[in-house]
Amino acid sequence: MTPLPKTLQATFLASALAIALFPLANSPFYIELVTKIMIMAIFAMSLDLLVGYTGLVSFGHAAYFGIAAYAVVLISPKYEAASLWLTLPASVLIAAASAFVIGLFVLRTKGIYFIMVTLAFAQMVYFLFHDTGLGGGSDGTYLNFKPEAKLAGYTLFDLGNTRHFYYFVFALMLLVYLFLRRLLQSPLGRAFIGIKVNEHRMWSLGYPVLRYKLASFTIAGGLGGLAGYLAACQFGFVNPEILSWHQSGNVLLMVILGGMGTLYGPIAGAFAFVMMQEYFSALTKHWQLLMGGLIVLVVLFFPGGLASLADRFKTRGVKKPVVAEAKHG
Amino acid sequence: MAEALLSAAGATRHFGGLAAVNNVSIELQRGQLHAVLGPNGAGKSTLINLLSGDLPLSAGTIRYKGRDISALSMDRRSRMGVGRSYQKTNIFPSFTAFENCRLAAQSRDARPFNIFANALHNRAVSAAAERALEQAGLAGRGEIVAATLSHGEQRQLEIAMVLATDPDVLLLDEPLAGMGAEESARMVELLRKLAADHAVMLVEHDMDAVFAVADRITVMANGQVLESGLPEQIRASAAVKQVYLGEDEERHV
Ligand SMILES: Nc1ncnc2c1ncn2[C@@H]1O[C@H](COP(=O)(O)OP(=O)(O)OP(=O)(O)O)[C@@H](O)[C@H]1O
Ligand SMILES: [Mg+2]
Repeated sequence: MTPLPKTLQATFLASALAIALFPLANSPFYIELVTKIMIMAIFAMSLDLLVGYTGLVSFGHAAYFGIAAYAVVLISPKYEAASLWLTLPASVLIAAASAFVIGLFVLRTKGIYFIMVTLAFAQMVYFLFHDTGLGGGSDGTYLNFKPEAKLAGYTLFDLGNTRHFYYFVFALMLLVYLFLRRLLQSPLGRAFIGIKVNEHRMWSLGYPVLRYKLASFTIAGGLGGLAGYLAACQFGFVNPEILSWHQSGNVLLMVILGGMGTLYGPIAGAFAFVMMQEYFSALTKHWQLLMGGLIVLVVLFFPGGLASLADRFKTRGVKKPVVAEAKHG
Repeated sequence: MAEALLSAAGATRHFGGLAAVNNVSIELQRGQLHAVLGPNGAGKSTLINLLSGDLPLSAGTIRYKGRDISALSMDRRSRMGVGRSYQKTNIFPSFTAFENCRLAAQSRDARPFNIFANALHNRAVSAAAERALEQAGLAGRGEIVAATLSHGEQRQLEIAMVLATDPDVLLLDEPLAGMGAEESARMVELLRKLAADHAVMLVEHDMDAVFAVADRITVMANGQVLESGLPEQIRASAAVKQVYLGEDEERHV
């Protein structure tokens, strides 16, 4: 993987700095909004591993987000706070394990069938929570106490504190980004990209492609779960809507809007998407129509998403992001 | 006679009513270059697909090192040592030539799931990739994105990728088609060298090349083996002359 171009690195540092300083000057409302966006950015990056780097267009990624969100609520005791160190890994593992099991089924299909069958499984999970008492049915259920981050009796930070939680999510977003960059430089990540570009030749060269796809699907499920865990902590409440197909569709739009196969694109996509949502919904009742139209325009005129804007500044030659990712450098 | 490394016995493949490969038996031995000739549509590529596992058999058996591998998937066969190239260039167009070969060599990596290793730091894999590029005549072209290589170079890359997997058996589907004269000659030289310690099956329309390097020749027509033997026998065969050599040599892509 080549290092990111200079202009992009600069944009990156500037954005990181802006995000880091943001809470100093803003009201809780905006701090919480950006926290929510960063959670969605983690969710979008996890989906980008599938869509942008393994060639697996999942339309049911909300399932893992939702499973982890329900997991933290269900494994936390009712009348006292659970430990962050326990519930976070547990919820992520439960989401990853679910992705592994579902992956065993869905990864046997391809193309449009894959899209449909990932959706179908996500709907099953949706109805599991919607129609049974497991998580309070269609009304959802509360996370009465936010998990505690204690070390040797000391509380390191407080997830209930808006600023603390903001920086916790920020750190995790950076961590997930760095983790995925690292992963994509590893032999495993290179194989994922190979599968996206030419699956048949990967089989032919001796790769057990199904196992690699399952690895990608499981990792993406776990990271999507991380986002779900954080969402449950932020709102202190879960209901089946967080694993509905709207949620799966929205995160897919964030990835496409931002530019798939770039990792930083989906972060930008999450910001753009949620901010448009806020802006347009305050503007008019028909905001979804407006927003849909705008997204269509972006996709039409910038097929590489927002990430391709950076490329356009630099060169006139159109290069697909994945090319740059896969070049040996 | 030495035992065959890879062999087909009664290999058959139907596409609907068409028997693309019909009861074909062939033996590939280490140290031998076995050429397969035949007019367009004779079933040569399909035979390779059956040997490599790209396609399942309708009937018959494939054996490798004495073991029945008929039911094994193509990735298993590849890892066992059966390598193949494609008639229609089948590369990773958006990757550099080096990365194409590196990924090929990486398929032999013992620890593929180590997510904290940097793929480029595996010296053995990178060295195998560089060696394969050089063997195929692409030394110094590693940094070029494959899609922007010339057509001939892409054909060379196709071969380099197979070589990078370090196979025992090479199934090459018209490797010379689309290559320039000079590169063709180089490649024929390489094939001759490879045949010394590999089993090579060469599907090729270029007669001069075939008769220059083949130790054995099998001629196919309509999915069946028409004739199989030493090059002199094939040259002398009346049946072959009539079906294949006698025809105006129809070139095709
Ligand atoms: N996937 C497929 N589905 C249906 N028919 C096929 C398929 N692959 C090959 N065939 C048919 O099988 C026959 C043999 O094809 P094959 O590609 O093996 O011939 P070939 O000897 O390699 O020819 P060429 O010299 O043109 O490459 C042809 O009639 C072809 O149309
Ligand atoms: Mg053919």
